[in-house]
Amino acid sequence: MSTEPAIDVRGLSKSFVVPERESGLRAALGGLVRRRTRTVHAVRDVDLTVARGEVVGFLGANGAGKTTVLKMLSGLLHPTTGDVAVLGHVPARRERAYLRRMTLVMGNRHQLQWDLPASDSYELTRAIYQVPEARFRRTREELVELLEIGELIRKPVRTLSLGERMKAELVGSLLHQPEVLFLDEPTLGLDITMQKRIRSFVAEYNRRHEATVLLTSHYMADIQALCKRVVVIHHGRLLFDGDLSALGEEFAAHKEIEVTLDEADADLSGYGEVRSAEGGRVRLRVPRENAPPTIAKLLSEHNVLDLTVEAPPIEDVIEQVFSSGTSGAAVPR
Amino acid sequence: MTAVRERPVARIRALADFYVQAGKLSAVQQFSYRASNYLFLVGMLAEPVIYLVVWRTIAEAKGGSVGGYTAGSLAAYYILWTLVRNMNLVYAPAGFEWRIASGRMSGRLLLPVHPVHYDLAGFAGAKVVWIVLWLPIAALLTWLFEPALDVGPVQVAVFLVAIWGAFAIRSLFLWALGLVTFWTTRAGALFELYFVVELLLSGRLVPLSLLPGWARAIADHLPFKWTFAFPIDSLVTPQSTARLLGGLGMQALWVAVGAALVAVVWKRAVRRYSGVGA
Repeated sequence: MSTEPAIDVRGLSKSFVVPERESGLRAALGGLVRRRTRTVHAVRDVDLTVARGEVVGFLGANGAGKTTVLKMLSGLLHPTTGDVAVLGHVPARRERAYLRRMTLVMGNRHQLQWDLPASDSYELTRAIYQVPEARFRRTREELVELLEIGELIRKPVRTLSLGERMKAELVGSLLHQPEVLFLDEPTLGLDITMQKRIRSFVAEYNRRHEATVLLTSHYMADIQALCKRVVVIHHGRLLFDGDLSALGEEFAAHKEIEVTLDEADADLSGYGEVRSAEGGRVRLRVPRENAPPTIAKLLSEHNVLDLTVEAPPIEDVIEQVFSSGTSGAAVPR
Repeated sequence: MTAVRERPVARIRALADFYVQAGKLSAVQQFSYRASNYLFLVGMLAEPVIYLVVWRTIAEAKGGSVGGYTAGSLAAYYILWTLVRNMNLVYAPAGFEWRIASGRMSGRLLLPVHPVHYDLAGFAGAKVVWIVLWLPIAALLTWLFEPALDVGPVQVAVFLVAIWGAFAIRSLFLWALGLVTFWTTRAGALFELYFVVELLLSGRLVPLSLLPGWARAIADHLPFKWTFAFPIDSLVTPQSTARLLGGLGMQALWVAVGAALVAVVWKRAVRRYSGVGA
């Protein structure tokens, strides 16, 4: 395998000029004379390197710039500034050789013909990507088996449920065995069972084909199941790039202390926010910097049977990062 | 950076394979809509039948012919009109708005095939079905209006090529026009203007020989007549073989102009693409 990174991004920025006007008739008439525009900086100065075969979670609130980055990496959008190389190609050139090696799966890709069985659309995909017949059959069987959609590919797409259609779309997106997968919310709108199946499928595809995966999802379960490394983007800037476990350490403003005392109904509200209390077991939330003195105080003032310190759940950390408008410096890998 | 050049032969073979598959898929789809397709074709008959009745009445009032067309040749003109109109149905510029807003354009841009091929292949496949469906309609119109048509094999061969040339020219020009949507998603008025000029100068509304001289002179320098009047006149109006082949040459020229226009505008359009809706 090549040692060259699968994705190499330097100083990537994207700005859009969007029209702007107030509501109402007066503003509409004014717009006839003078058109006002505003520049939106969707992505600013992003650096990112992803090794071949790596699965990276790409996190950010709505409008943070995740999808814009994915679109630039896939060649859909031209960067305003910066350099992008994916598998050694410049995506914006949209060379056929590059497009044959990657896929971008978005919730609304709609590559399947609505009134025909998915198997018919797959034949067209074979021709588009020039997949040799034998390899096409083998890959199709493999993907159909992995996603357990068997006979469904012979039913008109319009008769499939959302989850079934998403799986059929996923098969269609991978028939050419792409080396890089950009997955934009692949489990959006699916039930929990279907989400799990898609997750295990992506993991298996990555294992079998050593594919590089860049995944965005609002479901932390997707990220936790698939990605050791996460990249957080906020207001277009890279906020964090590192291990998922380190994300909590970096951004959690609180620690959760679970303590078991030999006394029931002890009042620990003076130590921090009591999250739960059941018998002698109490869960406290304290500011991160207060955790060591609080633990020392608890140990010295009570008979502690057991004590654990945890970062808050990753969902809480992410929510806090997005809602607080944190603008700390990116953490380089 | 990687820069891989495909061999032209391999590229042509790949494109041919794509056209066959996309055409087949489209034909299968159209057959599944056969009832609605038939209703659509029948609905389209109103326009040429009105033109035909009007011009036949004028011809009869003028002693049997108008602009060199007899009642019989006018019937032939407008019966062939129905087939040529079918061949002229291509991906409409307004469809680009929907494609961009729904995100489908992004899907097309991600494929290693130029999206124009997708539309050309898809509509070509559909046309095979529409031609099959048109045959009984043509038989009915022939029985009703008794067209006068005296043609040789060369004219038939030229006609069969010319209807596909018409399809290619109109597809490419309307595709280039549709690309305006990459700059503004509300380009409907521009499309309407194009359609009005086309209606007047293509031979769709009236045979070109019935237009004033100055209008015919303008039409000679535009692509429209090669998409409508030329294919019909290649069968209806007696012409020398050289003139017929010259017409096919003009069609080839306009195909080249349309293809160049699409290539140039496309290159700039994709740079403008903002991926809204996807």
